[in-house]
Amino acid sequence: MATVAQSEEKVVGFGRMKRKEDPRFVRGQGRYIDDLKLPGMLHGAILRSPLAHARIKSIDTSAALAHPRVRAVVTGQDLAGLGLAWMPTMSADTQAVLATDKVRFQGQEVAFVVAEDRYAARDALELIEVDYDELPVVVDARRALDADAPVIRDDQEGRTDNNIFDWEAGDKAATEAVFDAADVVVKRDMIYPRCHPAPLETCGAVAHMDPVMGQLTLYTTTQAPHAHRTVYALVAGLPEHKIRIIPGDIGGGFGNKVPVYPGYVCAIVGSILTGKPVKWQEDRSENLMSTGFARDYVMHGEIAATKDGKITGLRVDVIADHGAFNSTAQPTKYPAGFFHIFSGSYDLEAAHCHVKGVYSNKAPGGVAYRCSFRVTEAVYLVERMVDALALELNVDPAQLRLKNFIRPDQFPYECKTGWVYDSGDYENAMRLAMEIAGYEQLRAEQAEKRARGELMGIGISFFTETVGAGPRKDMDILGLAMNDGAELRVHPTGKAVLGISAMSQGQGHETTFAQIVAEELGIPPEDIEVVNGDTDRTPYGLGTYGSRSTPVSGGATALVARKVRERARLIAAGMLEASPEDLEWEKGRWFVKGDPEQGKTIQEIAMAAHGAGDLPEGVEGALEDLAVYNPPNLTFPFGAYICVVDVDQGTGKVKVRRFIAVDDCGVRINPMIVEGQIHGGLAEGVGIALMELIQFDEQGNCIGGSFMDYLIPTAMEVPAWELGETVTPSPHHPIGAKGVGESPTVGSPPAIVNAVIDALAPLGVSHIDMPCTPARVWDAMQGKATPPQ
Amino acid sequence: MQIPAAFEYERATSIENALELLQQRGPEARLLAGGHSLLPMMKLRLAAPEHLIDIDPLAEELGYIREADGEVRIGAMTRHRELLESELLADRLAIFTDAERVIADPIVRNRGTIGGALCQADPAEDLSAVCAAVKASLVIRGLDGERVLTMTEFHRGPYETAVGEAEMLVEIRVPLVMNAGSAYEKVERRVGDWAVAAAGAALRLEGGTVAEAGLALTAVGGGVTCERAEASLANQMPVEAAFVAAADLAADDCSPTADQRGSAEYKRHLARELTLRALRSAAARALGEREY
Amino acid sequence: MQVALTINGEERSADVEPRTLLVHFIRDDLDVTGTHWGCDTSNCGACVVLMDGEPVKSCTVLAASAAGHEITTVEGLAHDGELDPVQQGFIEEHGLQCGFCTPGMMLTARALLDRNPNPTDEEIREAISGQICRCTGYLNIVKAVRWAADHTAAPIAGS
Repeated sequence: MATVAQSEEKVVGFGRMKRKEDPRFVRGQGRYIDDLKLPGMLHGAILRSPLAHARIKSIDTSAALAHPRVRAVVTGQDLAGLGLAWMPTMSADTQAVLATDKVRFQGQEVAFVVAEDRYAARDALELIEVDYDELPVVVDARRALDADAPVIRDDQEGRTDNNIFDWEAGDKAATEAVFDAADVVVKRDMIYPRCHPAPLETCGAVAHMDPVMGQLTLYTTTQAPHAHRTVYALVAGLPEHKIRIIPGDIGGGFGNKVPVYPGYVCAIVGSILTGKPVKWQEDRSENLMSTGFARDYVMHGEIAATKDGKITGLRVDVIADHGAFNSTAQPTKYPAGFFHIFSGSYDLEAAHCHVKGVYSNKAPGGVAYRCSFRVTEAVYLVERMVDALALELNVDPAQLRLKNFIRPDQFPYECKTGWVYDSGDYENAMRLAMEIAGYEQLRAEQAEKRARGELMGIGISFFTETVGAGPRKDMDILGLAMNDGAELRVHPTGKAVLGISAMSQGQGHETTFAQIVAEELGIPPEDIEVVNGDTDRTPYGLGTYGSRSTPVSGGATALVARKVRERARLIAAGMLEASPEDLEWEKGRWFVKGDPEQGKTIQEIAMAAHGAGDLPEGVEGALEDLAVYNPPNLTFPFGAYICVVDVDQGTGKVKVRRFIAVDDCGVRINPMIVEGQIHGGLAEGVGIALMELIQFDEQGNCIGGSFMDYLIPTAMEVPAWELGETVTPSPHHPIGAKGVGESPTVGSPPAIVNAVIDALAPLGVSHIDMPCTPARVWDAMQGKATPPQ
Repeated sequence: MQIPAAFEYERATSIENALELLQQRGPEARLLAGGHSLLPMMKLRLAAPEHLIDIDPLAEELGYIREADGEVRIGAMTRHRELLESELLADRLAIFTDAERVIADPIVRNRGTIGGALCQADPAEDLSAVCAAVKASLVIRGLDGERVLTMTEFHRGPYETAVGEAEMLVEIRVPLVMNAGSAYEKVERRVGDWAVAAAGAALRLEGGTVAEAGLALTAVGGGVTCERAEASLANQMPVEAAFVAAADLAADDCSPTADQRGSAEYKRHLARELTLRALRSAAARALGEREY
Repeated sequence: MQVALTINGEERSADVEPRTLLVHFIRDDLDVTGTHWGCDTSNCGACVVLMDGEPVKSCTVLAASAAGHEITTVEGLAHDGELDPVQQGFIEEHGLQCGFCTPGMMLTARALLDRNPNPTDEEIREAISGQICRCTGYLNIVKAVRWAADHTAAPIAGS
C-alpha cells in the first residue's frame, strides 16, 4: 500500500523511527528456536519429578527404550559417568542436570528422552518408571533455617543446614543510633511473592554436535550467548572455539533466558549420543515450574523519622528464598544483587540491611523478571515503608516524598549503603507526574467518593534504580568481567555492520543501536546492519539483562563509532590535503574549518579507506574498529508513578483506572521504543501486584504451574498508560543514556499496592501483600490480611 | 505444549450416525463438539478416550436459536458467541447474554458450544447455573428416541450428567414468559478465568409479586438450584428485603471449597453478594419489560 | 490419517496421527511457522489462526476437525506482496516488540475489522482479551488496530 502521507522526517541518529526488524515479524517470518528444522533432527523431552523432596531408589527406562520411535534415554547416572550430572550455576553453586541421589523440587529434571518426533517423546515419558522415597519438605523460607528443617543440599560436603549466605550493607551501629533517637518508628512485615517472567516463548535449544569437526552448534534462547558459550566450555570440557551459540529471534526474555538450563545440556548430550541434531523446547508448565522464577523475598522493614516527617533511617531484614539450587545471576560480590539500593530516593542519615539466602524445596532462581538484580524488591520495600510512614503521620504521601528527596545539587550522591547515584532531579519528575495525574482533583474526587462509601485509592511510587552492570573492579559473573564489546565495520560503499554482544528479546536493538551509530557517524540507520547473538559474528560481552544494553553495549557502540570517526578524520585529512586538527565534524562529514565546501562524507572516506592510492602515514586501510567499554559506574534511572484504583467493596475486585508514569532514563535514543518498554513493564507490574503468583502447598506441589493459575493481565485488566518524561543525562555515560527496560517493573508494583491500601484506608487497612486478588483484598477488608501461601 | 494420548478418530455424518458410533465404540468413546472443554483435559492427560467421534459436521444442523411454541430452543452445538450475540436472548433471557460476556474469552467462544459445556459439567462452568435458573429442559436423543429432562435430572454432579453412553444432548429449551427478567453476576480473578463464584437469577412477576423464581450458583457446590432461596421468594414483593433473605439462604445452602481462588468463607460471601446483585438486576429487568 | 485443508488459499494435506493438533499440523507438517504456541491450557492465544474467517486457538482444534475448512495464518495476511493495513498498523504504532504474539493479534484484529470496521478502543481490547502479550502492555496494539481501521479504504458499495 502507499506510503503513509505524513511528514515524517527521516531520522539519522536519535529520534522516533519505526523499527527495522518489524518487516519480518509482521509477515510471520521471525526465526524462533522452535521454528528451526535441521536434517535428521530428533526431539527431546524431560521427565520431571512429581515430588518436592525425595530420594530416588531406582529408575527403569526399559519400556521407554523399547518404544519404536525412541532413540535414547538418559538418566542422572548416565550423565554422572560423563561428569555431566551436575553443572555450575551463575552463583558458583552447582545444580543437577539430571537428578542422581534425590530430587529437590517438584518439576526437577530426572530423565531425558530423545525420539523421532515430539509426540513420541512425550508418550515415552510415561513409560519411564521411577521409584521415590518421600522426604519431608520445606517450602516456607521462614522455616528453612529451623533446627529441624530437612537439609536439602546434602550433596555438599559438610552441609548441615539450608543457609546459603548472610550478607549486610550499610552501617549497622549508625543506623541503630538513628533509630534510637527517632521520634517516629514504623515497622512493616511484607513479602515480595514468588512470581515468574513467563515470556510468551518458552525456553528451548537445538543442539548439533558435529562429531567429525568436533564442533558444537547450539541454537538456543539465551540472553547472554557469549557467557553461555564460556559456561559450556567449562562444563562440558569442549574447546571454547569449537562452540558456536546462535540465538534465534527470542520471544521475550525478561531474565528468564539468562540461566543455562538442564534441558540445554541434555539436548547437547542427546546430540552427542545420537549423532543427530536434537531439539528440546519446554512446554509452559515446565517453564513455570522449573525455570528461573523471580523475587520470593520475605522482608521486615523499619523506617525512622522526626515528627515533622524528615526520614532519618531505614533498615530491613530479609530472608531470600533461592529454591533448591542457588542459580541466581548477579555479580559475584553481591549475593543479594543490588538490593542495598533500598535506601531509595531520600536523603537518609543511615541505613542497613541484612539478607539471609536460604535453600528450599522449590525451583531455583530468584533474579529475573526485570528486577535489575533485586532492585524491584528494594524499591518495593522503601516505597511501601514511606507510605506506611505517611499513614502513621497522617500526611499526604506525595508531600512526604517531596520533603525528603535528594536534591539536584547533591548529585553525584553517595547513599548510605555505598551507591554513588550519577544524576537526578527528583522533584521535577514528581511534580510532572502529579500534574499529568491531576493530583489535587483526584484527592478531591476521592473525598467525595469516600463520603458515599466508595473505595477509591491513589498510590504513589518514586524510584531510583541502578542498572548497567558494571565496572570491572566491582563486578563479574562467574569471574567474567561485565564489559561489553562493540565492533563496527564500514564497507567501501559506506554501509556499515555493527556487531554487539547484547541480545535483543524484543527491545529493538536492530534499530536503536543503528541509531547510536547514525548519531555518531551520520550514516542512515537503514544503512547499518546490527548483528547480535551469533557468537561467531559478535564481540564478547555479558548479554542483555539488568537494563545493561544501553548503558554498557550502547556505551561501547558510541565509543567504537567515535573511534571509526577519528580514523575517518585521518583519512579525510589525507584526502583533503589538510592536517587532521584543521578538520571539523558535522553529522556525516569532515570538512575544513572555515571552508565548509571542502569536505568529505563518511561514504567517500569509506571508499577511500579501501580504495587505491596511499593513505596517510600510520593509517591502515579499512574503516573498522572494536571497542570494549568498561563502565565507570552504574547508571541511575528514576521515575515518579501514580496509580488510581477503584475497589468493589462487595467482591474485593480491584480495577486499575489510571496509571501515570514519568520516567527519566537520561538521553532517549528512540522515544517510541522507550515508551513501548515502559508500557510493557507497567503491564507486568499490574500482573505482579494483582494476580501473578507461583504458589506451593505444604507438600511442595506447585499450584502456579499453568496459565490457568499463573494469571497474566490481558488488555482488559490494564488502562491506557499515561506517560511523561524528564531527561537528566548520566554524566559519565558516552551518550548520557541510562537504560529503561526495568524501570516500569521496578516502580509499578508499589504504586499499585499503595493505591489499594489507600482505597481500603477507611476500613482501617494498613497493609496487604501482593497479589491483591479479589479474595485477598476481601480478607484484608475483614481485617484478616495474610501473606500469600 | 502438552499433547493428548493417541486415539481413533471418526467424523459423524448425522446424529443417527453419531449415536451408532457411540454404541459401537463403547464407553471409551466421546463426542467432540467445539473441543474447548474436552481437548484441554485430553492435552493434560486428565481424560484419555480411546475413540473420538467428531460432530463438527453437525454444527449447522445443531446450531440454532429459535422461538417456537412459547419457548426458546437452542441447538446443542450453538457456539458461545452465537448465544452472546443473539438479540432474542438479550431481549427475553438476558441471563444468557450476561453469562456469555464472561465465559472464557472471545476466541474460545467462537468454538465452544453450549452442549459441550453442559455435558462436561465442570463445577465452575456457567451455563449449568444459567439453564437451571431459567428452568431449562434438555432434550437427549438416543437410538430409541428422545427424552426430556429438567436441569436437576440432567446435572448429577461434577463432571457427571444423565446423558447415557449412546446418547447425545441435542437441544435446550427455555420457557418464554411475560413479566420476567433474569441476570447473571460473576467474579473472576481475570478475564477468561473460571468463576470464583457466580449467581444466576430469574424472576417472573404476577400482580406485582414473584410468581416464580429461579436461583442457581456456580463454583460453590450445593444443589443444582438454590431450592430454599427460590421458595423464599414466592409471593414476595420484588424488594431488597426479600432479595437479602433469599441471598442469605443461597449462601447458607452452598458448600464452597477453599482453593487458590479464595477461602470457603470468601466464596460463601460472594454467593450471597452475587445472588443479591443478580436478583436486583433480574427484578429491574422484569419490571422494565413491556406488557404485551 | 490423511488431513486436507486450505491454508492461505492453497490446498495442502499431510498424513498425521488423529491426535495431531492444528497448530502442530501447520507448523511441523506443513512447515508454515508464523503461527506460534505458548501454553498448555488454551490461555495464551499465540496459536490463533482464522478458520473460515473466525479466530480460533489452533492448539485446541484437531487438525482432523479442521479438514475441509479454510485456514488463514499470518502468512496469508499480505496480498500480492502488499501488507494488510493491520500489518502496516503494527509497524506504524510499534504494536510489537518480540513478535511472538503478533501473528495471532493481527489475525484477530483483521477478523474484528472485517465485522466492525470502526471499533472503539474498548471493543478492540475485548476482542484481544483471549490473547496475552508480555512485551507491549497492549496500548500500542490498540493503537495499531485503530491505525488499520483509519487507513482502510471504504468497501466498494455492493461488494
